[in-house]
Amino acid sequence: MTLLLETRGLTAFYGDFQALYGIDFEVATGEVVAIIGANGAGKSTFLRSLVGLVKSAGEGIRFGGAGIESLPAHVIARLGMALVPEGRRLFPSLSVEENLAIGADQAGEGPWTLASVYDLFPMLRERRTAPATALSGGQQQMVAIGRALMGNPRLLLCDELSLGLAPAAVRNIYAVFPQIRAAGAAIVLVEQDVGQAMRAADRLYCFQEGRVSLTGRAGALSREQISQAYFGLH
Amino acid sequence: MANLLDTLLQGTLLGGRYALMAIGLSLAFGVMRLVNVAHGDFIVLAAYLALVTVNALGLHPLSALLIVVPAMAMLGYAVQRGLLNRAIGRDIMPALLITFGLSVIIQNSLLEVFSADSRRLQAGNLSSTGVSFADGISMGWFPLMTLATAALTIGGLEQFFRRSRLGRAFRAVSDDPEIVQLMGYDPRHVHALAMAVAFATVGIAGTFFGIGTIFDPALGPPQLLFAFEAVIIGGMGSLWGTLAGSMVLGIAQAIGFRIDPGWGILFGHAAFLIILAVRPQGLFPRTRDA
Ligand SMILES: Nc1ncnc2c1ncn2[C@@H]1O[C@H](COP(=O)(O)OP(=O)(O)OP(=O)(O)O)[C@@H](O)[C@H]1O
Ligand SMILES: [Mg+2]
Repeated sequence: MTLLLETRGLTAFYGDFQALYGIDFEVATGEVVAIIGANGAGKSTFLRSLVGLVKSAGEGIRFGGAGIESLPAHVIARLGMALVPEGRRLFPSLSVEENLAIGADQAGEGPWTLASVYDLFPMLRERRTAPATALSGGQQQMVAIGRALMGNPRLLLCDELSLGLAPAAVRNIYAVFPQIRAAGAAIVLVEQDVGQAMRAADRLYCFQEGRVSLTGRAGALSREQISQAYFGLH
Repeated sequence: MANLLDTLLQGTLLGGRYALMAIGLSLAFGVMRLVNVAHGDFIVLAAYLALVTVNALGLHPLSALLIVVPAMAMLGYAVQRGLLNRAIGRDIMPALLITFGLSVIIQNSLLEVFSADSRRLQAGNLSSTGVSFADGISMGWFPLMTLATAALTIGGLEQFFRRSRLGRAFRAVSDDPEIVQLMGYDPRHVHALAMAVAFATVGIAGTFFGIGTIFDPALGPPQLLFAFEAVIIGGMGSLWGTLAGSMVLGIAQAIGFRIDPGWGILFGHAAFLIILAVRPQGLFPRTRDA
């Protein structure tokens, strides 16, 4: 397995406030990695640093072998990194289909097209002309995932897909992950739901107050280890 | 009856003039939430650019559009990319200040180069001929052409926004300039392209303005005022709304003018204030991103 993404000592600030204190993180090609952690642990900040929406410092971020920490977000996106942002952030003025199509505008060829995204989420095909924000929360999350896939990313970052969704909707979304994975992208999942994260991922990182408090293979970590890393109980 | 019809007709034609001038303002607001205080001065600048083109090349003013429109589009790109991109964001104040500064600079530069003398683009008998109907109702060809140009420009832009890839990017960047970056779009470039399109319409508006009226360097601010009123009446962010708002403004002015020639402009302002009071969001606000 070759390394797709690597960060060493990644830090991030909001003004004077330091949100990340030196994150070491790796993803291999084709791997699914989960990041768990309590509210405010820095999970979203970490993903936003990777895609260039938050400017970071440290030894930097290597993606596909090249340093990308100084590149603007739109250039990083074109290199094949896609983010499904927290809260979905669909474009309200665009229809479902336009929200999907815009994801492919600046991207290269690959397995994902409008047709294959509709095959992945058939209910979106029926609602293709509806304004994206007229859909249910679960369907909006499908649009957000589809929009990211349309860029045919090598690395798909997902920030709390289950946020605000009914359990059935969450199951529907996670049910397609094997297909996304089979199409070739590596995946980083940020989840508050530890059980969900453990089921979906090969490896796990736990963040606590801007640091990695635990990392290991998903199957090899005990419940006690995780709850201690998660809540910081000693 | 004939009087009333004539008033409505003249008001509609006047509305066409305002619509043509308001498109660029409406577009810049719709895409970038930016109020360009120098909008009227750029219209006057475009009229002078048409004048220079006509004088240098001996063209008909309408042929000068072939040069004025692309030149203004390039200027729009440069102004947005070099200056205004830094100023847009949550706070609208920086953009207001910068464009106010531009307004002063343009007026003074035009005064310096062209003096305060009044000018006009000579369009032969286009500006003086028209058609009369039976009972004292008449209409000039040029105002009709202005109205048609405004309507066609708005119709064309609406199609462009709805159907083209770039139009889709304009709507997306207006919704969420942060997230479009994740789609590989540089919002600074998209904003500058949107301003280029807005300025292309300013080029059309300025050329028509110069054919329709005598102009001098100080006429920018009143054009801004009418364009601004039309945009607000119609509802911010909607081009068809801007056309409707221009009609309301033009017809109100024509009615005022019919009652007493001194009241025309006043009636227009009154219509603006009434709409602002009873329907602050305008007639056809863009509701999609409410
Ligand atoms: N735009 C911002 N400005 C200032 N501080 C911020 C900003 N965004 C996040 N923070 C702070 O940075 C820290 C990390 O936030 P972040 O959103 O990355 O956490 P998170 O792990 O994603 O939490 P959650 O599970 O609630 O989404 C928090 O203390 C938060 O208050
Ligand atoms: Mg978060």
